[in-house]
Amino acid sequence: MNALMVLRVALKALRVNKLRSSLTMLGMIIGVAAVIAMLAIGGGAQERVREQLKNLGSNLMLIFPGSTTASGVRLGTGAAQTLTEEDAQAIAAEIDGVVVAAPSVRGAGQVVAGNSNWSTQYFGTNNDYLIARDWPLASGRLFEPAEISGSGKVALIGLTTAKQLFGEGVDPVDQVIRVRKVPLTIIGVLDRKGQNALGQDQDDIVLMPISTARNRVLGQTGGKQKRIGSISVKTADGADMKAIEERIRELLRQRLKVQPGADEPFTIRNLTEILQAQEAASRVLTVLLGAVASVSLLVGGIGIMNIMLVSVTERTREIGLRMAVGARGRDILKQFLVEAITLSMIGGALGILLGVAASFAVGEFANWRTDITPQAIFLAVGFAAGIGVFFGFYPARKASRLLPIEALRYE
Amino acid sequence: MSSPAALIETRDLRKDYVLGDNVVHALAGVSMAIEAGEFVAVMGPSGSGKSTFMNMIGCLDRPTSGSYRIAGEDAARMDADALAAVRNRRIGFVFQQFNLLARTSALENVELPLMYANVPTQERHARALDKLKLVGLADRSDHQPSQLSGGQQQRVAIARALVNNPALILADEPTGALDSRTSVEIMALLQRLNADGMTIVLVTHEHDVAAFASRLVMFRDGRIVSDERQAPTSAAEALRALDRGEPAAA
Repeated sequence: MNALMVLRVALKALRVNKLRSSLTMLGMIIGVAAVIAMLAIGGGAQERVREQLKNLGSNLMLIFPGSTTASGVRLGTGAAQTLTEEDAQAIAAEIDGVVVAAPSVRGAGQVVAGNSNWSTQYFGTNNDYLIARDWPLASGRLFEPAEISGSGKVALIGLTTAKQLFGEGVDPVDQVIRVRKVPLTIIGVLDRKGQNALGQDQDDIVLMPISTARNRVLGQTGGKQKRIGSISVKTADGADMKAIEERIRELLRQRLKVQPGADEPFTIRNLTEILQAQEAASRVLTVLLGAVASVSLLVGGIGIMNIMLVSVTERTREIGLRMAVGARGRDILKQFLVEAITLSMIGGALGILLGVAASFAVGEFANWRTDITPQAIFLAVGFAAGIGVFFGFYPARKASRLLPIEALRYE
Repeated sequence: MSSPAALIETRDLRKDYVLGDNVVHALAGVSMAIEAGEFVAVMGPSGSGKSTFMNMIGCLDRPTSGSYRIAGEDAARMDADALAAVRNRRIGFVFQQFNLLARTSALENVELPLMYANVPTQERHARALDKLKLVGLADRSDHQPSQLSGGQQQRVAIARALVNNPALILADEPTGALDSRTSVEIMALLQRLNADGMTIVLVTHEHDVAAFASRLVMFRDGRIVSDERQAPTSAAEALRALDRGEPAAA
């Protein structure tokens, strides 16, 4: 009996018992759908974290001054402006594996362009900041060295800020904005960055040379001239971030003359590491969700075995007849095996449809990101076929081992 | 083997069943030969061994000892697959309960042995339809068993038995589930097939049915107690008598 005939016989047998076949399939459908939906939800969560990682800029460490103790009062991060531009330069120059160390100062307030204004945050920094953040320009140019050292009245602007100040579709390059009454000419627009891990719009930003920020906008003068708000450090790909973090810590302790054992007046945050931990967590979540869903697939498989066993018993006379007219044991084995596989494959196919629909529904109504990967679908289909073979084999073998005479006489 | 071998030849065929501590000799040494073209009726009370004998020559069961040759092949020593092949090619079965596949058309039922013989679809259809024509059911080929009368179902079963051109038809109480007129009709069909050269072995417990055969073998306690040729009653004749309103012969 060739494969096509076996398949036709199997389909016929399933058609003859429509209700039972569809109920059996239901177990499979739900199992496969659950696996796909769970993997989609888990995968979506993972993808979101991964995207945040990408947004943040890869291999990024942030160093904040602060956490000092002044007269016994412990102040929070950033309370003391202990870090300087020279510290940033020293990190970049002296530590292997550091690509850039960009100093920045931060301010926030109204920015005015013509007769519109917008509350945003602005950073005084240099071009390294964009390297550290993996942040390309959408248009325009970067800061010139003279502008960075000489308090040039220029600015780079984020997409959101540009839209709020100038409206959609207007090129803001060469326009003038006022930050604390200081007119700055826009020389470039930053590419879209999206939301950060906390949901803040990262495109709502104005960047200016660090000297401009300090001398013209924030108005700091005198001895604290070179104090900065943070250093963004980008490490080389594949570098050991933990080791680099330690070396930076050591260097800064030296430079800031911190006594051994004393609290550091700075904090190093390895954001990449934090997000990677999150990613790992969401990966575990995916595996867990998938495992739970697999259990329902397993239950579906047992349902198939159960029904096939009932079917073998119920059709004993049919098996006897088939043997009487010349079916060999392996023909019977094939027939029941193919029936089980067909059940699970059709169930699997419907399960994929249901699973994809469920994933979309979750994405749509719960507003969760879901990600249906081809791997998940292959996995589910493979699992379905495997279950068909695994759970179909025992009943099929049982059928094939019936003695023709006993099968024929079976009441 | 100088003399032409019989179609079926058993020698000292034995079959024992173990029931608890007892051994039941269902067949206690049966030797018999059936020539091609014979119409043999096997009779005997229940427990006489006639069904066991039938299963043996139908290659549905294996003897405990003794030899059995069908068309020159030694079936007593074949494995299960070889026996399946013999059943497929050499033997056509007709059962009391018809044993048709439910919700399957008459044509597909008749095709069944050909499926296991790997006959291509086109040829399968043609041959099955041909046999349905032979039993007078060509116009019912797409009917399912539930849409056919008992007699028609048994004809479909006979067409199925014939479809792979077997050497032998084994009919196990073929009229047991039919009314008397339909029984005679089925016997007329079997007689017609026999007249065309088909070897038929019929197991029955009804003398009226056995009367249509040309040889009568009686079983008792696992042995043959009598084996006689007889002048068969004509089933066609019996049908005509029925049509004239005379009491049924079967």
